[in-house]
Amino acid sequence: MSRPEDNLPPDLFYNDTESRKYTTSSRIKNIQASMTNRALELLGLETPSLILDIGCGSGLSGEILSEGDPSHTWIGMDISPSMLAVALDREVDGDLLLGDMGQGLPFRAGSFDAAISISAIQWLCNEDEKGVDPKTRLSRFFDSLYACLKRDGKAVCQFYPRDDKQRDMICSAAIKAGFGAGLLEDDPETKNKKLYLVLTVGGEGNKDITGVVKNMDGVDVYDNRKKLLAKAKGEAKQGTKAWIMKKKETDRRKGKVVKSDSKYTGRKRSIKF
Amino acid sequence: MKLLTANFISCAVKACKSSPLSFPLHFRDAELASKPVPYNPLLLSNLLPRLDWAALVTSSKELGFTLPETKPELPRLSASSFAATTGDGDMNMDGGAVGEEDEKTLRMLHKVLMETEVVEGKMVCGSCGFEYGIHQTVGNFLLPSHLV
Repeated sequence: MSRPEDNLPPDLFYNDTESRKYTTSSRIKNIQASMTNRALELLGLETPSLILDIGCGSGLSGEILSEGDPSHTWIGMDISPSMLAVALDREVDGDLLLGDMGQGLPFRAGSFDAAISISAIQWLCNEDEKGVDPKTRLSRFFDSLYACLKRDGKAVCQFYPRDDKQRDMICSAAIKAGFGAGLLEDDPETKNKKLYLVLTVGGEGNKDITGVVKNMDGVDVYDNRKKLLAKAKGEAKQGTKAWIMKKKETDRRKGKVVKSDSKYTGRKRSIKF
Repeated sequence: MKLLTANFISCAVKACKSSPLSFPLHFRDAELASKPVPYNPLLLSNLLPRLDWAALVTSSKELGFTLPETKPELPRLSASSFAATTGDGDMNMDGGAVGEEDEKTLRMLHKVLMETEVVEGKMVCGSCGFEYGIHQTVGNFLLPSHLV
């Protein structure tokens, strides 16, 4: 399967012909619509809200946002002028901005109720020009996204990672920015598998990321955090007897001269001394 | 660029992040248009606490119309307040129907925030003076790489 990310940077790849092709293809339209609906389901918004659409393209995802019930208002941002031109032609409801998400989002703190991004953030991993570091771009994007969402806010980003390494890079950047993060995989192990990165910003309703999918059917939860916590616990704390013994053991294996173990090893000296 | 969006946008230049002058961006040579949008009072009441009213007053002055100096007070609306108007009309503290005065304020907000658009023009940062162009209602927020 060819990846558009491998060809050209996004602002050049989506030129006039490519944008039109993308927007008129009924296959892409259907996929985009179903992914946006899934994202909305994950956001679980009950009142009409202000939503940021990152990589809005020609407004295929935005349409779903304004048509749904309740009807949301959205602000879209994209890097491709041709895509935005198609969106203008189609007279979408949302307000549009030309901008690069890797440069950070130009919004003040606490602006949005929620954010969605459909098939966009994998573009951040590209290294199109010299001196462009995907890690910096990712952290700039997630930091600014975290800031511009209000407390209790949520973001859902559907993306196509090239491989597991890229997926982990994106997830760890999001966690570093302060988000509570979870990955939802639809149709796993098939050609149509879809990954959704679900992000939450602190607040009462968002204490645990697994709460997002609590009321959804057919979702299995794998909690990786407990495993990580147990792993951290398993390692001996610096300065304890177990830690000293481990160190001595490794040194012995390296063939270094190590004092023999006794009942006094790792003990504190008494005050008398 | 709707006024609603303008009320949430600040300068994206890195050096301006900490400066209070970087918000709001100031309109220059703006050409206005009005685009009808479905009226959504619930959204407006949801947005009102988040609006920076002082910034909105400044932007609207630059575009040539005036707004009251103080933020209008509105009770927080919920879906039930609309159900109540069609129901038995029983008014209580949070589920009460929208009063005439509030309705007028909401309509005014709707007109200013949702329907007024800047079609062509510029937005200028008060701190660094960077000019963001607006062309066919789309604001250009791409920065040259040395400013990121």
